[in-house]
Amino acid sequence: MDQKKNRDIHSRHIHRRTFLKGAALGLASMALPFGTADASVWEAFFQKHYREMSADDKRDVILRMEKEYAKAYDTKFNIKTTKPTPGVNFGYGLDVSRCIGCRRCVYACVNENNQSRDPQMHWITVLEFKKGERWVNVFEEAKKHYNPETVPEEGHFYLPVQCQQCENPPCVKVCPTQATWKEPDGIVVVDYNWCIGCRYCMAACPYGARRFNWAKPRVSKEELNPETHYLGNRPRYKGVVEKCTFCIQRTRENPGRYPACVEICPVGARKFGNLLDPKSEIRYCIENKRVFRLKEDLNTLPQFYYFFAS
Amino acid sequence: MKNKLIIYIGGLLQIIVLLLLWANASADNDVPDFFVPPPPFSEGIFPCTECHAEMEVNRTRRKLDFHEDIVLKHAEEQRWCLDCHNPDNRDKLRLASGELISFEKSYYLCGQCHGTHFRDWKAGIHGKRTGYWNDRKQYRLCVHCHNPHQPRFKPLKPLPPPLSPEDIKYNRSPDNEIPKNPLNSLIQAEIKNGPEKK
Repeated sequence: MDQKKNRDIHSRHIHRRTFLKGAALGLASMALPFGTADASVWEAFFQKHYREMSADDKRDVILRMEKEYAKAYDTKFNIKTTKPTPGVNFGYGLDVSRCIGCRRCVYACVNENNQSRDPQMHWITVLEFKKGERWVNVFEEAKKHYNPETVPEEGHFYLPVQCQQCENPPCVKVCPTQATWKEPDGIVVVDYNWCIGCRYCMAACPYGARRFNWAKPRVSKEELNPETHYLGNRPRYKGVVEKCTFCIQRTRENPGRYPACVEICPVGARKFGNLLDPKSEIRYCIENKRVFRLKEDLNTLPQFYYFFAS
Repeated sequence: MKNKLIIYIGGLLQIIVLLLLWANASADNDVPDFFVPPPPFSEGIFPCTECHAEMEVNRTRRKLDFHEDIVLKHAEEQRWCLDCHNPDNRDKLRLASGELISFEKSYYLCGQCHGTHFRDWKAGIHGKRTGYWNDRKQYRLCVHCHNPHQPRFKPLKPLPPPLSPEDIKYNRSPDNEIPKNPLNSLIQAEIKNGPEKK
């Protein structure tokens, strides 16, 4: 008798379905940024995918972002949304017979693209191989921490690896949110505001070219590059993936500058141009030199060609 | 009558083919007006005639009293100064044909032996190019990267390797001590002292 009375008191007569509905709504509302009254957080939360934005949407987003960055970095940023030029498909050439492994390209890229200095972030990895020891496709075993007094080291050759801007990019296929895609001019880009940081793309990339921001990226104020592109070198966030974009903020301009790594290379091993222009340097390489691409057997069709000029 | 027509047409075709071949060949030989920075003379060395105009031409192989910093390591068995430098007007270089060229166009001199490299350089494949990929390009002379007397490219000090996993620190540097890019101090040093002498 006592037992029955107790049960009646504690029962609230809520149907299980009602309870679940309420719980779902409650959980959903927790995901919304109620804690802050800042309108820009709301706008960022409801920001569209880059490819679905109208020109007006883009302008609003850029204005908001420039304001945010100016506040966060105490520097005035210019964020471009330059579109690809019709009739342009970028290709890159690297002369393996010239590269001496001096790593100037690695750090020129860091400067240009606002890569984090701490934790350290490099988009280019220069691999060192012993001559004749292994075929270059097995680059997991190559040395990347070599540090002799001077380079090139006797009996070694060097292979810088960065994003290969594949024609058939495996990283794009696996992205669950479509935060990374291939642009019509051949550049594979990432929308850092759409990336959820699952790192599937990193697992899919056979070249190890993508990098993850494990912590908040940090660059000292005097080394920031304020000339940026939305899909390129604008400052990134913690928990997003980034990679080489062929210096989209430089190369998409008219006239378009060479990427920073091409400009710095002291031996002139790096070549860049339009694959659709028969007079471009990259076309000359492909037509006249011995050319190969990395891991050709995977059918990723890189737009990054390695060649031997002599 | 028919035969004559065939001969005429044949002859015309031959002329066209020859013309095309000639046009092609001249395009190959044409060196456009390359946009190159001025030659990298040592300070105060040019014009050469300032000293050499007064001096007698001495063609014998010997230890030089002046220019002792120049050590010839460039097929030195077969070559001596006046094979490239013009004896009568030292402000010019001399091709094997006897033609005189200025130091600004020294690539013709190098191209005499290094024809394949010259061809690649003209196409923008050999050597460093900066500027715009779809517009004006900045070339460099052969001698900007290769010392003509010792042309082998000098080894460089590599910039630091990426951090190895065991060197990654979990305590991050304070905001006012974020590490600087090592390239910047190198560039600063080069601006201050000029590029490393080769």
